[in-house]
Amino acid sequence: MHMETSRRSLLKTGVLGALVLAAGGGVYRFTHPPVPQGFVLDGAARAVLVAVVPALVDGMLPDEQGARSRAIAATVDGVNTAILGLPLALQKEVQDLFGLLALAPARRWLAGVPQDWNKADADEIGAWLQRWRRHRIGLLRDAYQALRDLVLGSWYGNPANWAAIGYPGPIAELA
Amino acid sequence: MSARAAIPDPIQAGLARGWKVIDGATLAEDRTLAADVVIVGSGAGSGVTAEILALSGLSVIVVEEGGLHSSRDFRMREAEAYPALYQESAARRTRDKGITILQGRTVGGSTTVNWTSSFRTPPETLLFWQRRYGLADYTDGGLDPWFALMEARLRIGAWEAAPNENNDVLQRGAGKLGIPTGRIRRNVHGCWNLGYCGMGCPTNAKQSMLVTTIPAALEHGATLVTRARGERLLLRGDSVDALDCTLLDAGGIKPTGHRLRLRARHFVLAGGAINTPALLLRSKAPDPSAMLGKRTFLHPTLISAAFFPERVEGWAGAPQTVYSDHFLHTQAIDAALGYKLETPPLHPLLLATTMAGFGREHGALMRRFPQLQGMLALLRDGFHPASQGGSVALDGAGNAVLDYPLDATMRDGALRALLTMAEIQFAAGADAVRPAHELAPRYATWSAARQGIKDLMQQDGALHAVKFASAHVMGGCMMSGVAGAGVTGQDGRYHGLNNLSVHDGSLFPTSIGANPQLSIYAIVARLASGLAQALTGRPAARPQAA
Repeated sequence: MHMETSRRSLLKTGVLGALVLAAGGGVYRFTHPPVPQGFVLDGAARAVLVAVVPALVDGMLPDEQGARSRAIAATVDGVNTAILGLPLALQKEVQDLFGLLALAPARRWLAGVPQDWNKADADEIGAWLQRWRRHRIGLLRDAYQALRDLVLGSWYGNPANWAAIGYPGPIAELA
Repeated sequence: MSARAAIPDPIQAGLARGWKVIDGATLAEDRTLAADVVIVGSGAGSGVTAEILALSGLSVIVVEEGGLHSSRDFRMREAEAYPALYQESAARRTRDKGITILQGRTVGGSTTVNWTSSFRTPPETLLFWQRRYGLADYTDGGLDPWFALMEARLRIGAWEAAPNENNDVLQRGAGKLGIPTGRIRRNVHGCWNLGYCGMGCPTNAKQSMLVTTIPAALEHGATLVTRARGERLLLRGDSVDALDCTLLDAGGIKPTGHRLRLRARHFVLAGGAINTPALLLRSKAPDPSAMLGKRTFLHPTLISAAFFPERVEGWAGAPQTVYSDHFLHTQAIDAALGYKLETPPLHPLLLATTMAGFGREHGALMRRFPQLQGMLALLRDGFHPASQGGSVALDGAGNAVLDYPLDATMRDGALRALLTMAEIQFAAGADAVRPAHELAPRYATWSAARQGIKDLMQQDGALHAVKFASAHVMGGCMMSGVAGAGVTGQDGRYHGLNNLSVHDGSLFPTSIGANPQLSIYAIVARLASGLAQALTGRPAARPQAA
């Protein structure tokens, strides 16, 4: 593994650089330093999150469709809250990541997910996450870790999900 | 009335009595304030300094980037506590993301969220400092009265209750292997043995700076400014003229657009070993030794999780009560990295993000949460000649970035530490062990773990796949008794500026080899007493035992 790959050197290399440049708008986010404004959970970012949550917490979601959708929505909300608590520079990095994943060519060729996020199945998403988890490019491993930590952090930080792991929570007298 | 409502909140009471506390988020215009001394940060080094200076009759302003949170806010929920109380929501990382850093960002700094473990600076560390860095003042005997003073002030003492099961595993497993362990002293008074120290003590039992020295300073007229980030020191010749601060909104993230300027005769930096060097770098402070920001140490920490047949309930009870220094002493201090063994409290969010993977495999681990046990091995960095630690620099926007390359000494140390922890966990009765490592499977026997961990750590990239953590940031403004060699002198004075001191863990020229809070308290108590005497011309006041 090569952890040293920085965003800048990544841009100079091979297919990803070409992709991002070809994507037009995306290039702006990768070449301009962060500006002090906060993260915005737009529709594209939400679509990515709604797609990755079931893969990341596979086995923990309720089966019933309504409860399942509510659990996913609550997790996405928790991710949004967590991102808004990060320093602005990190918020911008996360915005960039979702901006990149929202681009169809990046989703298809970089993530290897052929279908739109809202049509992709959990196996495709899981396979993509496993590829990025062990990718030779450090930035993609970092992206995997960021998505994973945000989603698992939101899931296990939520008291609604504690009973399933046998955690009683803090003592009720002081909670 | 609920139990919570019955717990007195000393911060709310102090505010009601008229403490001078300014919430920077609420200032609607630029402001300038002045005092004898401005102290940047409000953690271990700041609290001790503020109390001693204020008791000695000096006017003091303490400026903190985080908010003023107190027991009534501490609800023992990770999702609330990490964003409110920690740097970067407890997800601060080294530049290559190899090490996750837990550091406080609230009034009281890391002392508000630490796990209360209290160790004096190990004698072998002080001896190394005397010999290698000419720190002749830093002898056991010289520091002894300062340790005694701060132990009395912060009620540091033996913890009489039995260790929780999470700690007992360390004691029991090590005992079966003939590895000696000891009991950890704690800075608590009337502790409820809850296990939530890391989210702010809800009962004010922990004797953090939040409930001890900072309130004492405020009682003696000090001013506390929160939500104000020290942006840069304004220099005039070889003096600091003022500190320019950025005011942050109530969320603590976005600048409000208003600024605060603080003037003083003397300035003390105590923002911790990442933020203090970063402030000096942003200020373009002179750096005659060329060591500013260099030799930053972390006690890079390995984590091993074990599955037990019976319940462990790692979330419940005093988090750290058992330790072993055995592997700090199995070789010379400057040979292969030694490590200290301790245990972490287990809470769902931090556990879930610390253990690798996702989906069903990860979920299966989480479903055994009540039976999980955790162990830590803290690598003692900064003594081996090749262990140079990290360096703090600034990104394009002026934010601190810690570059901490993982080197060969750490690969060797990580391998030995992971093996030791697995062996102890199996000896204590674990039915499986899984290191916090991106590539590590779950091992069902000690022999499988012994072979598996060796094979694992030989793989390409195995060191970078370790999920290292650190709660101990040290160095970056190293002291030296040798002329021209340190960023600071033995008295904590900054070389190159005549009215600036550093009073936090960034002074240390190596790591400590133990949880550093008591080292900071005692060393800074001496430095602050010297500073008070220099500024007033009278002997410094002594803080009273609690």
